[in-house]
Amino acid sequence: MSETSKLYTSILSGNAKDAAAVVQQALKDGCDPMDLVAKDMIPAMDEVGRRFECEEYFVPELLLSGRAMKAALEYVRPLLAARGAKPAGHVVIGTVKGDLHDIGKNLVASMLEGGGFEVHDLGADVAPERFIEAIVSRNPDIIALSALLTVTMPSMRTTIDALKAAGVRDRIKIMVGGAPVTESYAEEIGADAYSDNASAAVALARRLMNTKAVG
Amino acid sequence: MSRTYTGLAVTSADELVFGKCPNPVSCGFDLTIGAGQVFPEVNFTLPAIAISGDTWPRILAHYEEMARNILKRAISLQVPGIVLEFELLPPMTEEPEWGGELTALLHRHLAEAHAKFGLKSALRVTPTDIRDQGKPPALRTGPAWDSLRRCFELCISAGADIVSIESVGGKEVHDPGLLYGDLRSIVFALGCLAPRDTAWLWGQISRMCADSDKKCIPGGDTACGFANTAMQLAHQKMLPEVLASVVRAMSAERSLVAFEHGAIGPSKDCAYEGPVIKAITGCPISMEGKSATCAHFSPLGNIAAAMCDLWSNESVQNVRLLSGNAPEAYTELLSYDCRLMNVALSKGQGALLRDWLTESDQWLNPQAAILSPAATCEIAEAIVGTNGAYERTLCAGRAAVTIIRRAVEEKRLRLSARELQWLDRIDAGLSEMPSDEAELWDEMLQQHEGSFDPSSYGWAQ
Repeated sequence: MSETSKLYTSILSGNAKDAAAVVQQALKDGCDPMDLVAKDMIPAMDEVGRRFECEEYFVPELLLSGRAMKAALEYVRPLLAARGAKPAGHVVIGTVKGDLHDIGKNLVASMLEGGGFEVHDLGADVAPERFIEAIVSRNPDIIALSALLTVTMPSMRTTIDALKAAGVRDRIKIMVGGAPVTESYAEEIGADAYSDNASAAVALARRLMNTKAVG
Repeated sequence: MSRTYTGLAVTSADELVFGKCPNPVSCGFDLTIGAGQVFPEVNFTLPAIAISGDTWPRILAHYEEMARNILKRAISLQVPGIVLEFELLPPMTEEPEWGGELTALLHRHLAEAHAKFGLKSALRVTPTDIRDQGKPPALRTGPAWDSLRRCFELCISAGADIVSIESVGGKEVHDPGLLYGDLRSIVFALGCLAPRDTAWLWGQISRMCADSDKKCIPGGDTACGFANTAMQLAHQKMLPEVLASVVRAMSAERSLVAFEHGAIGPSKDCAYEGPVIKAITGCPISMEGKSATCAHFSPLGNIAAAMCDLWSNESVQNVRLLSGNAPEAYTELLSYDCRLMNVALSKGQGALLRDWLTESDQWLNPQAAILSPAATCEIAEAIVGTNGAYERTLCAGRAAVTIIRRAVEEKRLRLSARELQWLDRIDAGLSEMPSDEAELWDEMLQQHEGSFDPSSYGWAQ
């Protein structure tokens, strides 16, 4: 099996130690880091996402694969950065003010990282001002808002309104999600996109990046 | 003052039945729970509305309406008794005066219904455990604990008859443990961290109840943030059902610890581990099942009622349905369920209905398989048959694996190939756990450095 196949397999099986060892060997053997990402690592994560959608993988398998991807990326990322290569996008994510739930948000963050996005996680119970501050200081492409309670859903609207009032709304795309959130609510509050599950969030984020590029 | 349970209060599965327990409790307005009848416990909450000083008058109006409608329906249906549960939302715990004001409002309604109609009732108040706000969470000190403590004091003073909490100590390790299928972290959270927090917290809560000049009883806790999180993730196909089942069994010890430090029941409605608590302590329990469909789905709709003393709906928003407002509708739904159970008890057929409730769910999901009266006693015996929260948690987990495996071998329970693979993985993982808790602490302090604060759990490094 070639090193690159082993890389694909070690990410698919969620073996972070192997993934790190294999990628180091592959780089030593002269493999192009961009090829490693594009031809092995991201396809491995896409397959992981497919298996999760088909109910072949549970979340632990998905996250362990994400962890293996990250372990391999540690060696590849500096080489890509030196060439000026960029991540798939930059996302700031958080659970809105008043809501302490973070499992769904953590899952989406992990999936986005596995999908090649750079993610800055603000945590839970995040006030609108912190999202604004993150937009100003980090210049993200996407803000991802999570809420798990119907009584905290209004905080999504409050947050988006605050972004508008601060004049930063048009700088970013907004995606929302969480158990009580619906597509119609997302439209109502002025979000750009809605996802009802973590693995679909990656495809959604990629679509938003495309619309940002052409918009 | 604390105690350790070393035996079962209910020694036979056949004696575990809804409506009856060896140690009933009296509280509120002439209500005695667990003495031969099941009562509805109506749990209600706001619709989607921001909570602030500006919206406070609307919020008060919602609670007035909910209390009025629930009690109107309860009186119309001639319920023999009722419990109202007021679960505070985070802002109401962060601003304790808000929690106190709503407690007083609800207490007034119950007092009026008792005075006018003789309605037996009690008010359960459940502040939100807001101590997990920091990273790592500071559980025993700091502004979050100060607000939570103040909230308990004000709510007790304002008329709460029962106080509870869905405590979250250990969740900061358990959540990532669940998501990564990391059994060692899960066991550490449930067997080492959570029991220490529950012990400390319920010592505090029990003392607040004892020191108050109002009669308020320390009801009990729930592993909702652990086992119900696992249950919901399994429902969404994110986690294996067998993992959720084993987590459920392992979560019983940390909830039992509340009773070892002053809680006397009824335990919290979302504590599906309640039957294990009842078997060990003999205290009454509240349960929710199909009646909680307004809040979440579960594979335990009928079996959850089999051993309940209060029958709850988990949480329903004050929204308009075709019949009327949802809290009123769910009062009716719960009342009819209780009516059926009470008729069965009065005719000496409680065990028969219990068995039907059990059998209708038992073999359709491993989470139900570990919740039958027989499985409950097996898990309870495993817990009291050993010492220390860590060892008890492990033994409960192993008992759950044994119960599930036996059911599969006897062809009663069918599991998919990937569920069976996970059962093997869990079995192997539990057998590889260190016998010395200190060894696990050393490992977890390294692995989870920065995620939890050992001093929050009284662990001196």
